Amino acid sequence: MAKAEFETPELTEFIEVPKLVEGTMEHITCFVAKPEHQEALGFPGEKVENWKEVAIDKMGDLLSRYRSFQVFLDSCVKCGACTDKCHYYLGTKDPKNMPVGRQDLLRKVYRRYFTFAGKYFPKLVGATDLTEEVIDDWYSYFHQCSQCRRCSVFCPYGIDTAEISMAAREILDSIGVGQKYCNEIIGKVHKIGNNLGLPGPAIEDTLEGLEEDVWEETDVAVKYPLDVKGVDILLVTPSADFFAEPHVDGLIGYGKVFHEAGVSWTLSTKASEAGNFGMFIGSYENMRRVSLRIREAALELGVKRIVFGECGHAWRIAYSFLNTLAGPFDFLDPDYPVPQHICEFTLNEIEQGTLEFDKSENDDMSITFHDSCNVARASRMGDKPGGQFEIPRKVIKAVVNNYHDMEWDTIHERTFCCGGGGGLLTDDLMEVRVKGAKPRMSAFKNVMEEKGVTHLAAICAICKSQFTKVFPYYGMDMFQIVSVHQLVSNAIVMNRKTPPEEAPGYGEDDDDE
Amino acid sequence: MSSVYALLFIVATLVLVLGLARKIVQYAKAPAPLKIPTTPAPVTQTGVVMRLFREVVLFESLFKSTKWTWIFSWMFHLGLFLVLARHVRYFIDPVWLPIALIQPFGKYAAFAMIAGLGGLLIRRIFVDRVRYISSPSDYLWLLLLLVIGMSGAMMTFVVHTDVVAVKQFFTGFWTFSGGDLPMDPILLVHLTLVAVLMILLPFSKLLHIPGVFFSPTRNQVDNPREKRHVVEWARKLEDS
Ligand code: HEM
Ligand code: SF4
Ligand code: SF4
Repeated sequence: MAKAEFETPELTEFIEVPKLVEGTMEHITCFVAKPEHQEALGFPGEKVENWKEVAIDKMGDLLSRYRSFQVFLDSCVKCGACTDKCHYYLGTKDPKNMPVGRQDLLRKVYRRYFTFAGKYFPKLVGATDLTEEVIDDWYSYFHQCSQCRRCSVFCPYGIDTAEISMAAREILDSIGVGQKYCNEIIGKVHKIGNNLGLPGPAIEDTLEGLEEDVWEETDVAVKYPLDVKGVDILLVTPSADFFAEPHVDGLIGYGKVFHEAGVSWTLSTKASEAGNFGMFIGSYENMRRVSLRIREAALELGVKRIVFGECGHAWRIAYSFLNTLAGPFDFLDPDYPVPQHICEFTLNEIEQGTLEFDKSENDDMSITFHDSCNVARASRMGDKPGGQFEIPRKVIKAVVNNYHDMEWDTIHERTFCCGGGGGLLTDDLMEVRVKGAKPRMSAFKNVMEEKGVTHLAAICAICKSQFTKVFPYYGMDMFQIVSVHQLVSNAIVMNRKTPPEEAPGYGEDDDDE
Repeated sequence: MSSVYALLFIVATLVLVLGLARKIVQYAKAPAPLKIPTTPAPVTQTGVVMRLFREVVLFESLFKSTKWTWIFSWMFHLGLFLVLARHVRYFIDPVWLPIALIQPFGKYAAFAMIAGLGGLLIRRIFVDRVRYISSPSDYLWLLLLLVIGMSGAMMTFVVHTDVVAVKQFFTGFWTFSGGDLPMDPILLVHLTLVAVLMILLPFSKLLHIPGVFFSPTRNQVDNPREKRHVVEWARKLEDS
């Protein structure tokens, strides 16, 4: 369907910086939030009468509340260092998708209303009034930023366009022009507990199904518990893990790891979502509300530790913000970091020697690893800087024989976004997603051709969903994306056998006969 | 005429100092509610100081980004730094040892500065992406600095001015006993533009000077799990 409406970019061997072409992505507008989505989050339902004053006031409010916003708007020297760093610019050629081009959409208004130069010499410093057209541009281009922070790595002042996009979206929300995708989802979390709106019984059903599958596959009764009190670990994982491929294979993997490690754990209905789209819309209040569910669940279930499943932005919020938003977590076991990433957990068990693997189970694949932006540039794992790169790779290398990295300038802190992060993972933005995926696709294709890599492993629900959709546009197969714990799941040797009397169905069968 | 310049420099100094102070206070007061260092980031305060040092002295991030911009930019800023350091001798007597030591290099630093600025200007004009993001003020800053640099170099290497009189004028500044400024056209252009630069600096993109030190993506310690970080307005949400 959407395939015919735009051209998929051609992949190149090197990352080529295109000549800019103005307006190529001007037509992009994602669906606007309906009044009920807006109001559920405390925003006006429709565009307010006096939108101009409200927007300027909101900007002033954000300037006084966020140092990043103030400093970033003032400091840019237009050096151009960031201009060729954004995957959306590289894939679309639209100069408003250059990080500084994007920032300037907002900066020119900031200058007009908040700086001396912009008030009195607007032309000289490129300041403009806030008009309908500017709002339209904001709506379009601030929803073409996946908040991946690649630009902030290269800017001499660390100017992070993600922060500007978040602020812009918050301003848009405050005048009643929110994005449907994000705001509807946040509403679902507030109401039901997860992004997909899966109610408790549906999750329970799925988990029972998983237990049966694993039993059939391994003859070991691995439990996938829900809302069990008094266990050691609360696992918080993105809701995509409950049903979609390849996510669910990752969830199966976490369960097997916990089983073999001999720890007790549970999922929670209340905290059945690791993701937190509150960050995407820049709303501290919504992000906090979503985060507090995790605290409440941990308290109610009386767990000792919190572990997060594979999800990029969720890990940023968990690692960098959770303690701020929902802490302090002094009621948990102080011997473990709060929260812990599932990769940290698994690697720790590997190093303790509690897990045994048969790597040959993964011999039908040759793997490369995609560093998800939010993990790479906005968080850490382990206790050394850069652990977020090493730990997942160590886990992968412990379970596969064939592993190759992509080109050095497309991984680690320089990693390219999958193209679908930051609240863009919606069908109405498919063109942006496909084009923005170009640099990552190029690097992947190169490593496929040069090293014979077959599969891309990721630790982010958004990346996994995005690649599943986007691979076919580039002539690849949607199943070439795998979860890291799917690889773990394939290779893990289940040594903790289930005694016959604990097998599922034990006793029932007897009664039947 | 000399008293006009004296007044100009008093005003320029006041605007520069007060203007920058106002901005620094604003940055310092604005809270940073969330931990957002661009990772991998230092996990200790010392590490942060080192990171900022590399950023300010070596332009580390710019180096990662584009080598040409880095070369020109670094030539310009290093040149500017040496030139400024050399200028200290016009304001103090006796001259400090380090300042005396850099005099011979400082003299040629002007060329590095001019070459760097020239490179940046060419880049701004010819690279389509950089041209797209430039407003008139971006070109004017480069031209302003170029003219300041070139007029300065002219006085050092071509038409010398009465440096002793200039020094008397500026050292006398502090004691209000300043002598007369030589009425050389090049000197007057040089000084006028420097005063303009000082006056405009706090209202311009030159705020990158304090900005780099206050950038949360660069100056925060990466320790959110170990240490809870909450600012005042966020704490109010907790209490309500
Ligand atoms: C803490 C000290 C400073 C640092 C770390 C710093 C750093 C930088 C960096 C990294 C750039 C971007 C690259 C470029 O385009 O040149 C830049 C640009 C610039 N800086 Fe600085 N700078 C400092 C002080 C100054 C001072 C004192 C001035 C002048 C009075 C100045 C004037 C400029 C100008 C005009 C540009 C823009 C150049 C262009 O248009 O391409 N900087 N600075
Ligand atoms: S945060 Fe990422 S998507 Fe947004 S402008 Fe920067 S590089 Fe582009
Ligand atoms: S790298 Fe930073 S300072 Fe340079 S143009 Fe981009 S945002 Fe502005």
